[in-house]
Amino acid sequence: MEPLVRMRNITKSFGSISALRGVDLDLYPGEVLALLGDNGAGKSTLIKVLSGLHAPDSGEMEVRGKRVNWKKHTVGAARKMGVETVYQERSLGEKQPLWRNIFVGRHITRGLWRRIDVNREKEITMELLSGFLGLSGVGLTAEARVCTLSGGEQQGLAIARAMHFDASIIILDEPTTALGVSEVRKVLSFVDRIRREGRCCVFISHELHHVHAIADRFAIMEHGKIEGVYPRESTSLEDLVGFLLLGKGGCS
Amino acid sequence: MRAFLRDHRKQGILSLAFLMLWGVFAAASPGTFTNLRIYRSFLSTLPVPLILALGMTLLVTLGEMDLSFPSVTAASAYVFAFLYSQGYASPPLALGAALAAGLLMGWCNGLLVVVVGVPSIIATIGTQFLWRGLVLLLADGLAIPLGSLRGEPLHFLLVGRIGAWGIPLQALWAVVIALFLAFLLNRHPFGDALLFIGDNRKTAAMMGIPVRRVRIMAFMLMGLLAALAGVLATFELNNWWPTQGEGYMLMVFAAVFVGGTSAYGGEGTIYGSFIGAIMIGIIEAGIVSAGLTGFWTRFIHGLVIILSVSVYALLERKKRGDEG
Repeated sequence: MEPLVRMRNITKSFGSISALRGVDLDLYPGEVLALLGDNGAGKSTLIKVLSGLHAPDSGEMEVRGKRVNWKKHTVGAARKMGVETVYQERSLGEKQPLWRNIFVGRHITRGLWRRIDVNREKEITMELLSGFLGLSGVGLTAEARVCTLSGGEQQGLAIARAMHFDASIIILDEPTTALGVSEVRKVLSFVDRIRREGRCCVFISHELHHVHAIADRFAIMEHGKIEGVYPRESTSLEDLVGFLLLGKGGCS
Repeated sequence: MRAFLRDHRKQGILSLAFLMLWGVFAAASPGTFTNLRIYRSFLSTLPVPLILALGMTLLVTLGEMDLSFPSVTAASAYVFAFLYSQGYASPPLALGAALAAGLLMGWCNGLLVVVVGVPSIIATIGTQFLWRGLVLLLADGLAIPLGSLRGEPLHFLLVGRIGAWGIPLQALWAVVIALFLAFLLNRHPFGDALLFIGDNRKTAAMMGIPVRRVRIMAFMLMGLLAALAGVLATFELNNWWPTQGEGYMLMVFAAVFVGGTSAYGGEGTIYGSFIGAIMIGIIEAGIVSAGLTGFWTRFIHGLVIILSVSVYALLERKKRGDEG
């Protein structure tokens, strides 16, 4: 199968610190790839390169066979290629109504004055709420503020937004951290939905049992490199715990 | 209708408070408040602080403020007065130069805040002194009388009186600007960017909003509006004076916060600031015509400000309580 994303020999330094030292990674449609590793291993730098916040110092990336031009690599450009990131606590404007959060930066506008088509946007928002999120509470409107949703629902809203805008690679940064069990279950069901629709989900987390419950492959990062990518079939939760928490080099 | 009221609770409460205040004044001095004259006077003086408050609303929504606007007002109007009185430019050209000067001073504020990274409250204290000082030096501290402006077509266009009731045109301009800014804030991607940057700057950046450009543009818009306010004040009195704009500083912020715009950013209401500016503006006239001494003015201003911001804070707490 052709990969959606092919990264080759990506390097990135900040001053004298090398955050990425030659990362190779392929992402496939219909898979959940867990990105694991300690703080400082380079996970967040890698996803920032993927999602257009950083251009790397060297290396190549292809998205659906198209070579990425690093000089024009911005969040907007990455989104147009279908890469969208949901950052923990940084993806939504808490005080803003739901409909603004869905369409921020990508409003449906009309005419010379670029007037936002609020009615249409609210309609779509309500469809996403009842469809993807399965929310249809009494009194829940597109005008509700984000802070009225639970943590899992907020993650779901950001994921629904990415899917509405046809993202084919959705990166979730610690989506289950600090959530209760039922909220985690919600988020994992959203992740499964991403996979079932043939999109790719990159799932970054320290919560190994959440990761093991949902991911198809585990990419383990260490010192700015991918130490190895392990398929779920041959990797047990104990292997992950052993490798990441107990330092017993290498999974099976 | 019920949903509209629920989503606009602050605006509803503010409108009621405004009607009550007006009712109290009208009851206290019916002779004054049922006569057209006082409204004509309000309509000629209120537009200047109103326009300033509307611009400030956008900046506060963005999570910034601009304390330099009184000086920008005076400096831009000086550009107009100087060019016109010296015969260097026709009134429309001088007006254009004044607006450009306002944009430029706003741009400087924007650069200081966004590029250099000075917090806006500090940066604009600096530029407030800078522009005022510059204009005092240039004008040698003297006013510039502009009596000959009165016959100019531009004079009529900006501050003329129209209709049988002699409505001052600047009031119409203020309404047009309010409508435009309300559209910009609530129905345009630029306003959406202001809201998100004010709410959470990191989120805004992550969502692909050009944060730096929007912030600089917001300061420039404030500069432009301050320049327009300065020119209107100059036209209204056919005079430029070096301390122009100084009295507006606290009034403008009072209007914004009485109107219900959040000091934390991410929320703002043009309607609120519009009503807030009128409330703050009519208090003095109301008190004096009720036969009280003018010393009451500040006290009542303080009362109105404290009451309104307390009500908003309580509403906000209740809302958060409802939401767990």
